Amino acid sequence: MSTSLILIIITTALVNNVVLSQFLGICSFLGVSKQIKTSISLGVAVIFVITIASGVANLLYDFLLAPLHLEYLETIVFILVIACLVQIVEMFLKKSSPAIYKALGIYLPLITTNCAVLGVALTNVQNEYNFIQSIVAGLGTAIGYTIAIVLLAGIRERIDEASVPLPFRGAPVVLLTAALMSIAFMGFSGLSL
Amino acid sequence: MSHIIIATAAVAVIGLLIGVLLVTVDKKFKVEVDEKEAAVRACLPGNNCGGCGYAGCDALASAIIHQEAPVNGCPVGGDPVAEKISTILGLEMEHTEKVAAFVKCSGDCENAAARCHYVGIHDCASAISSGLSPWTCDFGCIGFGTCAAACPFGAITVDQGVARVDRDKCKACGQCVAACPRHLIELVPDSATYAVRCSSHDRGAAVKKVCSAGCLACKLCEKQCEAGAITVENNVAHIDYDKCTKCGKCAEKCPAKVIKKRNPA
Repeated sequence: MSTSLILIIITTALVNNVVLSQFLGICSFLGVSKQIKTSISLGVAVIFVITIASGVANLLYDFLLAPLHLEYLETIVFILVIACLVQIVEMFLKKSSPAIYKALGIYLPLITTNCAVLGVALTNVQNEYNFIQSIVAGLGTAIGYTIAIVLLAGIRERIDEASVPLPFRGAPVVLLTAALMSIAFMGFSGLSL
Repeated sequence: MSHIIIATAAVAVIGLLIGVLLVTVDKKFKVEVDEKEAAVRACLPGNNCGGCGYAGCDALASAIIHQEAPVNGCPVGGDPVAEKISTILGLEMEHTEKVAAFVKCSGDCENAAARCHYVGIHDCASAISSGLSPWTCDFGCIGFGTCAAACPFGAITVDQGVARVDRDKCKACGQCVAACPRHLIELVPDSATYAVRCSSHDRGAAVKKVCSAGCLACKLCEKQCEAGAITVENNVAHIDYDKCTKCGKCAEKCPAKVIKKRNPA
């Protein structure tokens, strides 16, 4: 059991990295990766939200959608629930622990619209994970997202210092960097698990 | 048919439950916000653009209340918003004087002596670190436009090897001040009529060799100034703009014509 969970984490975080292999959550990956500090904040917020969301989505699917044979409604229901969940988590944090709320700042509500969250929930259903496996898969995916965005932020901080050819300055060089990172992450698909 | 009804009902019920849940949670976890803070927040534009340097309008409102940010902290709202906020807080409106960037060097192609034909990376900091800046003066403007690249408003152009600021376009954001590797740029109030266009700490004789428009530290201006606004420190003159009476005697006497009258903005 525990080995299969470790396997899920490695698979979701590295082999099927959510950003670099599945191309989900690209907008925040490119948008909030200018500084390592902010990218870490976003990464932590994503870990927080995806882990909770994948658990809740699993419960919803197993105890509501599957018994009613409404599997085809999973997308719309998951969107509803994730949006609501993030709102509730935000309100809860604001009241109970203002310190965490301040640290996450505007990133928490931003994640509501991050497709990676929905992507994880849907992938978990496809893979027929149970409750615990879903949470672990969510955690792994979010860790993979954090690794990717922090790496890109580190590279971008260095690119800022470098003399980049004029046509590549700004967005183009970032996209090229992301593409090279994606190729590098393809190396993980050779892992024999 | 029953499929459609079940599906519609299920989504409707879920939506309804979520709505009720959100309202109850909102009531239960309501955080008491300072009345003034809510009023200040209402004055702000609410675009959450982050132009003030805080994470959205809520954060700026809280910072203004706690006196961490000035009442005119919102660059989008400008003076009208600042006025509303200051009436809420019962403060006198701070009328800040407009300042603009000013380059303290006049060593252009005509005045400054060239050291070499520089063909390296076209960036001021790179030129300095290579030890081969195009001008002989070790304090003057290099003219590769690192400041112009840093300016988000396109207010700086390099003309004849010296950066020049278009004061109409300058928003006094200070990006160029931080970008200049020789610290030549200063934010100077618009009302300042006379300014020193040199930053060389070299002695007069050394300055003369490398630039015909450099401050010789002769102290003639210091002696001329009746208001005591000019001091010569580290071989370069400084004008205290608060004390300056704009009499113009310093500019008249300056042998190198380093102190010059500025064009009115």
